[in-house]
Amino acid sequence: MTGTWLIRGARPLGREPADVLIADGVITEIGAGLDHAGAQRVDAGGLILLPGLVDLHTHLREPGREDAETVLTGTAAAALGGFTAVHAMANTDPVADTAGVVEQIWRLGRQAGRCDVQPVGAVTAGLGGSRLAELGAMADSAARVRVFSDDGRCVHDAVLMRRALEYVRAFGGVIAQHAQEPRLTDGAQVNEGEISGRLGLTGWPAVAEEAIVARDCLLAAHVGSALHVCHVSTAGSVDIIRSAKAKGWQVTAEVTPHHLLLTEDLCAGYDPVFKVNPPLRTAEDVAALRAGLADGTIDCVATDHAPHPLEDKETEWVAAAFGMTGLETALRVVHEALVDPGLLDWAGVADRMSARPAAIGRLTGHGRLLAGAPANLVLYDPAPREAVDPAAHASRSRNTPFAGMVLPGRVLATFLRGEPTVIDGKLAR
Amino acid sequence: MIRHLISAGDLSLDEALLILDTADELDQIAERPVKKLPTLRGRTVVNLFFEDSTRTRISFEAAAKRLSADVINFSAKGSSVAKGESLKDTALTLQAMGADAVVIRHGASGAPHRLAGWVRGSVVNAGDGAHEHPTQALLDAFTMRRRLGRLEGLRVSIVGDVLHSRVARSNVLLLSTLGAEVTLVAPPTLLPVAVGSWPCSVGYDLDAALPKADVVMMLRVQQERMNAAYFPTVREYSRRYGLDASRMALLPEHGIVMHPGPMNRGVEIAAEVADSVRSTIVEQVANGVSVRMAVLYLLLGGSGAQA
Repeated sequence: MTGTWLIRGARPLGREPADVLIADGVITEIGAGLDHAGAQRVDAGGLILLPGLVDLHTHLREPGREDAETVLTGTAAAALGGFTAVHAMANTDPVADTAGVVEQIWRLGRQAGRCDVQPVGAVTAGLGGSRLAELGAMADSAARVRVFSDDGRCVHDAVLMRRALEYVRAFGGVIAQHAQEPRLTDGAQVNEGEISGRLGLTGWPAVAEEAIVARDCLLAAHVGSALHVCHVSTAGSVDIIRSAKAKGWQVTAEVTPHHLLLTEDLCAGYDPVFKVNPPLRTAEDVAALRAGLADGTIDCVATDHAPHPLEDKETEWVAAAFGMTGLETALRVVHEALVDPGLLDWAGVADRMSARPAAIGRLTGHGRLLAGAPANLVLYDPAPREAVDPAAHASRSRNTPFAGMVLPGRVLATFLRGEPTVIDGKLAR
Repeated sequence: MIRHLISAGDLSLDEALLILDTADELDQIAERPVKKLPTLRGRTVVNLFFEDSTRTRISFEAAAKRLSADVINFSAKGSSVAKGESLKDTALTLQAMGADAVVIRHGASGAPHRLAGWVRGSVVNAGDGAHEHPTQALLDAFTMRRRLGRLEGLRVSIVGDVLHSRVARSNVLLLSTLGAEVTLVAPPTLLPVAVGSWPCSVGYDLDAALPKADVVMMLRVQQERMNAAYFPTVREYSRRYGLDASRMALLPEHGIVMHPGPMNRGVEIAAEVADSVRSTIVEQVANGVSVRMAVLYLLLGGSGAQA
């Protein structure tokens, strides 16, 4: 089916060097001193070998905003970032709220061939927040949707949220909630606190996230369903999720790379490249999020890759779009924010960026680095330290908050079912 | 001297005093039959107003003209902005026309910051959203110094909607630089949650603040606050935080009453207070021209000598 590859001398999960043999899209053997006549060789001495990364939260913008991103450019960015699967959020135009739209996105991903594109279905029709979308039809479609989210908007109606949590249990689905109490965040621009007061921008209080996280944890427990909390951004949310997990409730959570590294004071110059929802928070929140990811309270890192064209960011702060790109920098940011300070080892990175998000997304072909598993892999060089250069990104948009920031590491190769999508740090085709 | 005036916090004590002292000198021109200096001849000042504010625009226009600058008034209404032109394109247009200074009034906090990144000339913030209005704070300080003879140690109470007030933000920053002691007085709903980090004290009781105030500055209550649960009714607001004649009597004998305008007579300030001898409201307007002359003179004056 596909070529045979021999990756020599890489450190699986950061452990002792080993060789990995790939044939027919599958890892056939991991061990010392492997050889195989006719295999294409990759000398990977000094490189970290991880299972291909899985993103639970990506905005690919197609259909509708192809000026910001397309499935083709977004999956190129994903592959360059080390991802072999991304979950495409539903807030496209038209909204991914029917079997037809999710199948279209799924097919575009298959055609692009750079990473698996798993559509997320909308919870409510048109993201309108008033009636359920046809969740079962999306689940039964060729796209086999299991994650449902109105991301960008909160399912704030408690009855609707309860029904959604209950309903998707029939097909093993999960509701991924964008936790934002709408009345407490009317017109909100930046974290409510010292910065919002000084800048004269409407505050986005932590309580508006925490109130919904708490309510949804209670609802999930009451109906015995699975809740996933998108982009957790406050220390208070981490505490609530920690206590929900301690009670054995089916609650999972994600954190974005930017919330693991950046703080609200970056907004002081009113540059909307730092405008994101939920907003950048305080250093105390960042520390709590890192600790929560390290101890497993937060299950995974998800990028919330949100590309926007220049004209939607080169404006006054309040007029600018919310969001940051993240696929091409995620692994480097996690290296900087968690691996270098000793909060997570490479096995932990593999767990939080591949195995756990794959499990939450109900993806069976990703997240495992062992013989017999599909060969979805990433080779990462931890040694270099370079400034982030947006112009070098494959994403159609340039709104990275990390521009110019010196970060460690570099993705050198990504394999999707045994075929390189990235080789020598460049797209394979 | 700084290149832009965007925040009152950008000014050091020396810079703030230089502006006030310069305004004192320029103020004497207003007494002359010919109210004009040749200082900024050949320089272009653009008044870029995205919000209606006749009083501030006229004040800047008079200031620039008394310094002999060419003045272009660019109002967002009826301009290309109304057709959807971005702030950046407007900035590049002004740049191409050779604006030496752009005075900007904008409804979005931070708009002057963005503008300063796109034009080569000086940017003067004439009020941006709920952020700042530094020339208002300068003219307020100028007025206080005129009336009371000093700023160091002066006790100033600022009363009302601090949360949404650019005047309050700029005054707190400037007055603390100048050594005055500022107290904010408002219902807790109209104070930022982190106001404790500001260089001032905070109280909820106007009657308790007035006997200790050399200056009381009343802020305008915006109509739209009245329907958003910041306070129960206008009548209750007025009863608790409005300045009427009996409250004004609690001030020390020398105490003055200020208001940045426009006033809601009968809401935050009673008519007999606004029109009393303690009121500086008309002086504030007159002093605004001298202070804005000083700002334009100092921001543009350095290179003006070569022009």
